[in-house]
Amino acid sequence: MHKLDFFTQKRLSFGLFVVVLIVLTYATIIFTEYNVAKGFTAIPKAVRWATANFYPDAASLKKLPTILLKLRDTILMSVASATVASFCAFFVAILGSQTTRINVWFSVLARGIATIFRNIDVSAWALILLFSFGQSSFTGYFALFFVTFGFMVRVLIETIDEVSTDSVEALRATGAGYFTIIAQSVIPSCLPQLVSWVLFMIETNIRSATLVGILTGTGIGYSFDIYYKSLNYHAASLVILVIVLSVFAIEAISNRIRRAVL
Amino acid sequence: MQSTTKIILRPWNAATLILRTTIISLIVITGYAFTTFNTRGVDFWAGVDMLGSNFQALLLSPQLKNITFVTMVHNLFITIGLGFLTTIFGAAIALGFALLAAQNLAPRWLTVIIKGLTAFIRAVPTVLWVLIFAVSAGLGSVAAVLGMTFHSAGYLIKAYAESFEEIDHGTIEALKASGANWWQIVFQAVLPSSATALLSWTFLRFEINFSTAIAMGAAAGAGGIGYDMFMASGYYLNLHEMGAFTYAVLAFAIVLEAGATRYKASLSK
Repeated sequence: MHKLDFFTQKRLSFGLFVVVLIVLTYATIIFTEYNVAKGFTAIPKAVRWATANFYPDAASLKKLPTILLKLRDTILMSVASATVASFCAFFVAILGSQTTRINVWFSVLARGIATIFRNIDVSAWALILLFSFGQSSFTGYFALFFVTFGFMVRVLIETIDEVSTDSVEALRATGAGYFTIIAQSVIPSCLPQLVSWVLFMIETNIRSATLVGILTGTGIGYSFDIYYKSLNYHAASLVILVIVLSVFAIEAISNRIRRAVL
Repeated sequence: MQSTTKIILRPWNAATLILRTTIISLIVITGYAFTTFNTRGVDFWAGVDMLGSNFQALLLSPQLKNITFVTMVHNLFITIGLGFLTTIFGAAIALGFALLAAQNLAPRWLTVIIKGLTAFIRAVPTVLWVLIFAVSAGLGSVAAVLGMTFHSAGYLIKAYAESFEEIDHGTIEALKASGANWWQIVFQAVLPSSATALLSWTFLRFEINFSTAIAMGAAAGAGGIGYDMFMASGYYLNLHEMGAFTYAVLAFAIVLEAGATRYKASLSK
């Protein structure tokens, strides 16, 4: 058989990839009953509506202190959940990583639990935890805690294996005990990475906390929800502005810290 | 007495100082955060106590009550479909704009404008974009798809542009020297050499969009299994049913994660 030249083959396989994607997309549009025409017409409508109504006005500025108070709650909750969850995850990761594990089965168990925790979405966690903690801050705190914990166990296991394998081996060769190895080698060498990941999770958690707040009635998400449902769009847009500014500020701070530490 | 010279193992410098300050600040903020929690009359220890039995009901005896198994699977696929659709739309938009946002392909003023705009789009949580679109489009799949597409595009523009910027500068220069125009550079050098990076980012975004689609079903009326979860939690108060939905979502999410891990492993070979 005549063999196609390299470029024709490449072009054909790329073409096939595009065709498969288009067919899949079309099938999904039919299956989800997504209205493409309505989708397109909604964009200019949304822009027109937003420019006419969706900006903070003088009356909404009076609500700024209340909004800032709610923002404080959300930021504090994000920091607290990220910090405590990372602390717990670090110990589990030490027991679960290949370099420092005590026992293979424990390692498998640690990874398994972490997989379950991070793969249940934060909104699903919030809905589950509503059964135990009702509409209190604990619901949001634990929802963020579980997801952060699952994520951190995974990345910290990778970090420990990456950063401290050599130094652990060296210390082991000198006859150092398990806890000495952890305290003198694993913790110091992983700390910068750990802090960097905590900062990343704080950024993520602030966004998730807004969503959780809508579901559980707490924090900045709840403020938005109230103004949105009472059609007070000026105040709702102010909430968004406040969220954007705080996300920018926290990203700037954590980038600074990261650059200094790593 | 023997005099010992202490060997300084970890000298104090700016990095350790900032590291310690950060850790101490995080601990202090965390401690303060716990004093501000709004308990709304919920007893923390009673809640923790209940958590055990609730997990038992959730994970050990999942049972559907208000919808059938077939409906649940159908709704799971609606959620997967929303995640897929918004990823494809977002990727298509991002591919075009990322070329204009990459510093080695576009003028500096243009990259600054596009990167600034995408930073703003990403800073607003997806659920708020969906709710903004819902005012004019109504709550439902249209608003959800638009809002999620918007956020995905913002995310992917940044990721794609960074992938483009990482490619070898020499390749572009060589093509330029041989008289290739901008389109030829994009199609012959930039896209082929960053294809695997683009695919990885797109797949990662699909994972995110699947989770987001669950959340939009719960918080923004987008339907799918997220809405079923919302009803089981807020309306029927049925933990057993919630358990069945949790397993369904978990199954697909773990399949996705395993796929991503395999793909990564095959790349690094």
